[in-house]
Amino acid sequence: MRVALFITCVNDTLFPGTGKAVVSLLRRLGCDVDFPAAQTCCGQMHVNTGYREEGVRLARHFTEVFAGYDAVVAPSGSCAAMVREQYPKLAKPGSRGAAAIAEVAPKVHELSEFLIDVLKVEDVGAYFPHRVTYHPTCHSLRGLRLGDRPTRLLQHVRGLELVPLPGAEECCGFGGTFAVKNPAVSAAMGADKTRNIMDTGAEVLCAADNSCLMHIGGTLSRQKTGVRTMHLAEILASTEEAQ
Amino acid sequence: MSATFLGMPGSFPKNSRKAVQNSQLRFNLRKATHTIRGKRAGVVGELPDWQELRAAGKAIKDHTLRNLDRYLLQLEEAVTRAGGTVHWARDAAEANRIVTDLVKATGETEVVKVKSMATQEIELNQALAAHGITAYETDLAELIVQLGDDFPSHILVPAIHRNRSEIREIFLDKMPHVPPGLTDDPPALAEAARLHLRERFLRSKVAISGANFMVAETGTLVVLESEGNGRMCLSLPETLISVVGIEKLLPSWRDLEVFLQLLPRSSTGERMNPYTSMWTGAVEGQDFHLVLLDNGRTDVLADEVGRQALRCIRCSACLNVCPVYERAGGHAYGSVYPGPIGAILTPQLRGMSSELDASLPFASSLCGACYDVCPVAIDIPEVLVDLRAKAPHAAAEKAGMKVAGWILNDHERLAKAQRAATRARKLVPKRLPGPLSAWTDTRDLPEIPEESFRDWWERNERA
Repeated sequence: MRVALFITCVNDTLFPGTGKAVVSLLRRLGCDVDFPAAQTCCGQMHVNTGYREEGVRLARHFTEVFAGYDAVVAPSGSCAAMVREQYPKLAKPGSRGAAAIAEVAPKVHELSEFLIDVLKVEDVGAYFPHRVTYHPTCHSLRGLRLGDRPTRLLQHVRGLELVPLPGAEECCGFGGTFAVKNPAVSAAMGADKTRNIMDTGAEVLCAADNSCLMHIGGTLSRQKTGVRTMHLAEILASTEEAQ
Repeated sequence: MSATFLGMPGSFPKNSRKAVQNSQLRFNLRKATHTIRGKRAGVVGELPDWQELRAAGKAIKDHTLRNLDRYLLQLEEAVTRAGGTVHWARDAAEANRIVTDLVKATGETEVVKVKSMATQEIELNQALAAHGITAYETDLAELIVQLGDDFPSHILVPAIHRNRSEIREIFLDKMPHVPPGLTDDPPALAEAARLHLRERFLRSKVAISGANFMVAETGTLVVLESEGNGRMCLSLPETLISVVGIEKLLPSWRDLEVFLQLLPRSSTGERMNPYTSMWTGAVEGQDFHLVLLDNGRTDVLADEVGRQALRCIRCSACLNVCPVYERAGGHAYGSVYPGPIGAILTPQLRGMSSELDASLPFASSLCGACYDVCPVAIDIPEVLVDLRAKAPHAAAEKAGMKVAGWILNDHERLAKAQRAATRARKLVPKRLPGPLSAWTDTRDLPEIPEESFRDWWERNERA
């Protein structure tokens, strides 16, 4: 199966390790992975901050770059939700743009959706002998409705002890530009999230979105908690040989 | 007399910063919202057809709003036929003038009030006071707010920011004839309020209410409440004046079947609220006036995305589930409508010309919890994003977003920017300057990698 990787601009720039993990994981599962070099950003930051015009331009670019692929995989619930949930609202009904979106959007999958719904695997053959808690992230939970897909994948990872996160469904306080526009509330939400994480005794906080992890991880690091953050793809890519 | 929201200074970020630092407030809010949140989840979860009910509620409201002109005239006819008098108020000033004139005509200088959002929106109590008429709130929480010369901070629980020892202080300080040995035991506080209010009910000849629903077909008004104080106001006084937003309409009596399930379960987390009062026109010799309030609602109706906010039945489920409301509290929103619904309703009703109102669409992390619990499926995040595009933006931010958009629109420009960042990776300070310090005040920055993903791919994979 020929799969296009939509790395997302945040991962591309700040978290290349997540992208490498997706590539190695998908290849291990028999996929032919392509990285369309012209890709940039889905436009979520612009649209959600009120810069629709710039956002629409980026959305148009996205639909051009990823037209023609059978499947597009994104290691970000938030960016996948942007394409699937918000793109259709950006184009005029009946326009060429709307048709292009209707063609591409349904083929865009968040990583855990792609593994479980398209590849039909739950055990990806990973090994990660650590105590892990999972934060489901808002756009994965309430946008894409990923449900228990990510935790089903984690439960099959050998050696991994998955501990439930209290108040898991509550927002961590990142919210894109919200984190800098409303820093006091964002930090208060982040502090409550990190307290819940500490209560689990986990060594690693896992999520399917590095932007949320950047906020939570930045808070955990500032508080010198010693808890690491890892993207779901990086745990699923870990194998016994690599350890 | 209670304070006024209109013309409040500040902005949501500034107001909420103060609230976040108040640990007592945060404790009160967390406890109260989590309790109601849990109760709501319980009674909603027990209905297998909740999503169908929700869809029906949305459909009925949308149908009504699309045919509002027709149903409003039908309502006027039905109310008039039943002996009531209907008044039309374009804005707050007009509504306040109508009500003031009606009270003046009775010769009374005191009125009792049923908890009503619409009369708070138009600041009726202040308008009446300017004409020497005293309005007494009779809902327990509204009474606490009024006695404390305070602002409401929640749609359903206006005194949610107060705990019982604070309420005891307010009663001892401001309530006439309060027993001097009053404790902060909830039954004792309730008993003190009951004695205080009973005297008002028996004395007052004029009452002012709002309504949860108006039925166009029959001309019936409906009030749902928990205490019975509303029913006292509705039934005892000789004159009843109801001020109701034009969007509170339902076409037929049958539609109540849906909303009398949706509202209490979403609001107080009860299967059914204790008191449901319904009246049609002038009942048993009572003089009845209905003031239909627009006050910006037809402008909201004209907005294709924003109009869904008019479906709101003021249940406050969105407040109770909102992580931002939970930390910021209701006062930070500077409006009688706080929380997620306030963040989309206030800027639409009042415009975004003040710093405060312009900051409201940004008072959300877009987590979507509000949309999930809304009993009439208002897509609050969608409206927030739409309002953000209409809100004024700071010049520096606009310039920054333009540059970011330019870089992100071309992969070669993006690659160059990434390489520049990579070269500067060791130079990035732990604390960023300017507006970006908002990030590094509480969080460490991620380390900039030695190489972007696209450069790694280019080096290793591009054959």
